[in-house]
Amino acid sequence: MSPLEAPAIWQAVWLTVKLASVTTLILLLLGTPLAWWLASTRSWLKGPVNAVVALPLVLPPVVIGFYLLVLMGPKGPVGQLTQSLGLGLLPFSFAGLVVGSVFYSLPFVVQPLGNAFEALGRAPLEAAATLRASPLDTFFSVVLPLCKPAYITAAVMGFAHTVGEFGIVLMLGGNIPGQTRVLSVQIYDLVETLEYTQAHWLAGGLMVFAFAILLGLHFLQPKKTT
Amino acid sequence: MSGIHAIFQRVLGDFALDVTLQLPGRGVTAIFGPSGSGKTTLLRSIAGLERESGASGGYLAVNGDVWQDTRTNVDKRIFKPVHTRSLGYVFQSANLFNHLTVQGNLDYGLRRIPLAERKVSLGQATELLGIEKLLHRQPATLSGGERQRVAIARALATSPQLLLMDEPLAALDVQRKADLLPYLERLHTELDIPVLYVSHAPDEVARLADHLVLLDAGKVLASGPTRELMTRLDLPLAHGDAAAAIIDAVVMRVEPAYHLSHAEFAGGHISLLNPSLQVGQRVRVRIQARDVSLTLTRQQGTSVLNIFAATVSSISADSPGQAMVALDAGGSTLLARITQKSLDALGLQPGSPVFAQVKGVAVLG
Repeated sequence: MSPLEAPAIWQAVWLTVKLASVTTLILLLLGTPLAWWLASTRSWLKGPVNAVVALPLVLPPVVIGFYLLVLMGPKGPVGQLTQSLGLGLLPFSFAGLVVGSVFYSLPFVVQPLGNAFEALGRAPLEAAATLRASPLDTFFSVVLPLCKPAYITAAVMGFAHTVGEFGIVLMLGGNIPGQTRVLSVQIYDLVETLEYTQAHWLAGGLMVFAFAILLGLHFLQPKKTT
Repeated sequence: MSGIHAIFQRVLGDFALDVTLQLPGRGVTAIFGPSGSGKTTLLRSIAGLERESGASGGYLAVNGDVWQDTRTNVDKRIFKPVHTRSLGYVFQSANLFNHLTVQGNLDYGLRRIPLAERKVSLGQATELLGIEKLLHRQPATLSGGERQRVAIARALATSPQLLLMDEPLAALDVQRKADLLPYLERLHTELDIPVLYVSHAPDEVARLADHLVLLDAGKVLASGPTRELMTRLDLPLAHGDAAAAIIDAVVMRVEPAYHLSHAEFAGGHISLLNPSLQVGQRVRVRIQARDVSLTLTRQQGTSVLNIFAATVSSISADSPGQAMVALDAGGSTLLARITQKSLDALGLQPGSPVFAQVKGVAVLG
């Protein structure tokens, strides 16, 4: 295999950024009500749901990828549903990668949001209600601004973690250029074909990216004043 | 129908709230009782902040407007969510929004009120609470007393039909308390908004409340005019060190040389050590039971200025060795705490004529 052309690399970079962005967006929309429910419920379901959300933290991504592949495959329940809806099959497509990434990065979004909601407590919500704000109004005018640091953390962590995923992508997406070949898979390919120089460039780039993000988070967080 | 009609029955673990109240639709009503008596639960229930559980039911009408009817025997349950109730709520800790300035906090409620319902202007609220100079500050930079004043102004700015205050002074030290009390009194005199004021401090109740609800273990012990309840010997408020009577008097004459004001009340003349009062001014005066001693004849050659002729109306045991005596002084009720020994020595009975010597009086404003 000849050394990679620049367009192929940029294709992988673009695909990775696209995947991480879409995943982060979905995670924030999905993670907000989920984290809210977890922070406020007294239901017995809280424990099990919390555990499911945290699963990706401890399970090998390959295991998650395997089960998602089975579920979304032609014989899996999700696969049969998507087929009957005319959506076709999700594995080995960008959409499938998004589904896998959402599940994989869920704890990185739900946990900071949940912690923030819990720390916020009921007091500001009650104050807003007595000042005539409806629950939805309260969310946008009080909760969102007060939990902004947690949202920044959640978004950055969700994005960065998705950029770094590999196992699920390989199980679920394979290695289709422009569709599922993201950066981590690209690096794996390069190492397999002993293209160490190019692998260095990409791997090093990801290192710098991860470091910059974590450093950025540190400076973005409000300093404790008291 | 004006006034507040509230019925609440709820069971929370081993605590049960069971109250039926008919409260005046104006003035300050204090909800008074020891910690754990259900004061805050009652106030939160009125606000709609307490989540309903299966065993609870309630009815609440404010000035004829039914806010809640979740009694078990009604067909059509009504429960107006908190944000649709025209109320202001002042929490124990001011509970300001830290992401907004003081001005932003004040605007928050105001912006959510239709123009037609805005009766209290922001200027009026800020002026009343003396926070004009704080508008651009962040809540985190305010002192406890300032924060509480902003919280009160924020609640007032929504022109509520009912203002609920949950021990707004509890988190403050003695000095800040003293600073804030005059503002609360101004609310009372300048705005026509009924206030429910939760407190466990007898002196706050004496100063602020026209009407009083005594709660104990989730039940209403008594509900009525403050003056009456404070001197009813069958109620806990008329016992102990803080027991006091409140009388209303009108200033007739000032004697600047002695820093004295002389006032008239139902039971006669009373001299007040307070030269800043004006002739014609109405004052609320507190006379503590421990500052009143009794004699059978009018004492001559005494340093005590205030001596009133009165009749013993009832007697009750107080702390060990001490008795609480309720007196009728020309229609005003006074309390005197004397020793059991003196009670026996003077042979006091209901109906006995006595002279009450008052060693100290406090003008409450």
